[in-house]
Amino acid sequence: MHPILKLVVQRIALGLILLLAVSLVIFLGTEALPGDTAQAILGQSATPEALANLREKLGLTLPAHVRYINWLWAALHGDLGVALTNGVDIAQAIGQRLGNTLFLAGCAAAISVPLAIGLGLVAARYQGRWPDKVISGVTLTTISLPEFVAAYFVIYLLTQVFPLFQPVAMVFPGMGFWEKLQAVALPVIVLVMVVLAHMMRMTRAAILNVMQSAYIETAELKGLSPMQVIWRHALPNAIAPIVSVVILNLAYLVVGVVVVEVVFGYNALGQYLVDHVTKRDLPVVQAVGLIFAGVYIGLNILADVISIIANPRLRHPK
Amino acid sequence: MRLPFSAILGIFLTSSFLFLAVFAQLLAPYPIDSAVGGVWEAPSATHWLGTDTIGRDIFSRLIYGGQITIFVALASSILAFSTGAFFGFMAAVKGGWVDQIMSRFVDLVMAIPSLIVALVILSVLPLNLTVLILVIGLLDSTRVFRLSRAVAMDIAVMDYVEAAKLRGEKQTWVIFREILPNALSPLVAEFGLRFIFAVLFISTLSFLGLGIQPPLADWGGMVKENKDGLIYGKSAALMPALAIAALAISVNLVADWVLSRTTSLKGGRGA
Repeated sequence: MHPILKLVVQRIALGLILLLAVSLVIFLGTEALPGDTAQAILGQSATPEALANLREKLGLTLPAHVRYINWLWAALHGDLGVALTNGVDIAQAIGQRLGNTLFLAGCAAAISVPLAIGLGLVAARYQGRWPDKVISGVTLTTISLPEFVAAYFVIYLLTQVFPLFQPVAMVFPGMGFWEKLQAVALPVIVLVMVVLAHMMRMTRAAILNVMQSAYIETAELKGLSPMQVIWRHALPNAIAPIVSVVILNLAYLVVGVVVVEVVFGYNALGQYLVDHVTKRDLPVVQAVGLIFAGVYIGLNILADVISIIANPRLRHPK
Repeated sequence: MRLPFSAILGIFLTSSFLFLAVFAQLLAPYPIDSAVGGVWEAPSATHWLGTDTIGRDIFSRLIYGGQITIFVALASSILAFSTGAFFGFMAAVKGGWVDQIMSRFVDLVMAIPSLIVALVILSVLPLNLTVLILVIGLLDSTRVFRLSRAVAMDIAVMDYVEAAKLRGEKQTWVIFREILPNALSPLVAEFGLRFIFAVLFISTLSFLGLGIQPPLADWGGMVKENKDGLIYGKSAALMPALAIAALAISVNLVADWVLSRTTSLKGGRGA
C-alpha cells in the first residue's frame, strides 16, 4: 500500500475509535453523575412510586451498558429518540436546525478563510512596518475576547452607532437565499472576528518561516517583486501549516456558533442545545453533544489528512 | 531590567481588578441587589455607570460581579494547576502504562470542545459555585497536564533527578523537591493564560444562563440581563462586557511579559 494511503487510513481509523470513545464518555459520563432523568422530569417533590413508574417506562431500570448499546445502535440508524420535555422526535428537530447552523458557519468560513490568508500575506510582506503592526494589533485584541463580548460590541457599533443592521437574526424556511444572507450578516461578522485572528497570525508565521529559505533569496535575487516571491514561492511551501490551522479554526467555529446563536436568537443547533441543557433534557443534550463532537473530531481528522497529503516527503517516498 | 510599558499597564490593571474584588464590600457605593434608581438610567454623578434593567447601580454590581468572576476563575485555575501539574509530573516520572492511561484519557477529553463537555455535564449536575469550579478546573487541568508533563519529561532525564532517584528518594520527593522548583517558571506564565481561559469560560456559561445564578451577580450574567437594552441604545450591557475584555487583556499583558522573560532565560522557546 502507498505510504500516504496507509497513514490516511490509520488516521481515519484512529478518529473513528476516538469518536466511539467520546460517545461512551457522553453517555456514561452523564449516567454516572448523581441525579437521573426521571428525577429531572418529575422534580424533587416526586413520590417514589411515580419515580419508579417513570424509570420503568423510560427503560432506566436496564443496566447502563445495555442502554448505551441500545442508544448507540439507534443513533447509528438515525433514531435519536424523543425529547423528554415535549416528546418531539430529536432527529427531526435537529434536521431543520443543522441546516441553519451549517449555513451560518459556512458563511463565516467563506469570508474568514480568504480574508485571514490575505491579511496574513500582507502582514508578512510588510513585516515590522505599519500594515503588519496594525493588523497584528487589531487581531491581538479580538483574540482575547469571548464570542459574546465581541458580539455585543459589534451589535452596539453596527445597530446603534452606525444603524446598518437589525440586531436579531431570524431565518424562516421560506426565505430566499439573499434574504437569509442579509439576516445572518451580523452573526457572521462576529464569527469572522473570532476566528480571523488566529488564522491570520498562523499564516503570517508560516510565511515568515518559509521566507528564510535559500530559494526565497534566489527568487529575490533574480528580481521578482516581493509579492510575487510570497505568492509563487513562499505560499505553496507554507500551505500545509496554513491549511491545518484553517481547519482547526473551522472546528473552533463549532463552539463559537453555540454562543453566537444564543446572542442573536438564531434558531439553530447551538441554541437548541443550550435550551435543552437548561431544561435538563438529557436525550437531546446527548444527541446534540455527539453531533458537535463528531463534527469537531471530523474536521481535526481532515486537518491531519491534508497535512499528510501536503507533505512532499511523504508523497514521494525514496 | 526595565519593565516594558505594556507590562506596567498590565500589572497595574490586574492589581486594580484584584483590589476591587477583594474589597468589594467596602468599595461598592450601593448594595448588590436593590433597585436604587430608574430603569436604564444614563451614567451620572450618583450612578457612575448608570443603572441596569431593573434600576440597580451598574458600577456596584460590576464590583461585586468582579469578585465572583475572579473568585471562580482563580479557584478553578488553582484547581486546574494542582491536579494538572501533579498528574502531569507523575505521568512523566512514572512513565509506562501510568503515563499511557493518563495521556490517552486527556487526549479523549481534549478531543471534544470544552464548552460542549461542560454543557453536557451541567445538564445533569446542579448549578452551584462548587460544581462550576470543579467543572471548569478539571476541564482546564487537561491543558496543564500536557504542559507540565512535557516540561517534566525534559527535567526527569537531568542528572540531579537521576541522583535523587539513586539516593533512594521517594517519588513524592522527586516530584515536589526536584521537578517542581525547576518547572515553575514556564508554569507561572501558563497560569495567567489558564486564568483568562477560566474567566472567559465562566462568563460564557453565565451568559448562557448556565453559570452563576441570581441573586449572585457576575459579569457574564450581567451582560445577559442587560442585553435587551442594547436594542434601545442603552449601553448597560457593554459595561460588564468591557470589564471582561479589560481583565482578559491586562492579564494577557502580564503573562506575555512573564513568558518573554522565562523564555529569554532559557535561551529559546520554553516548553
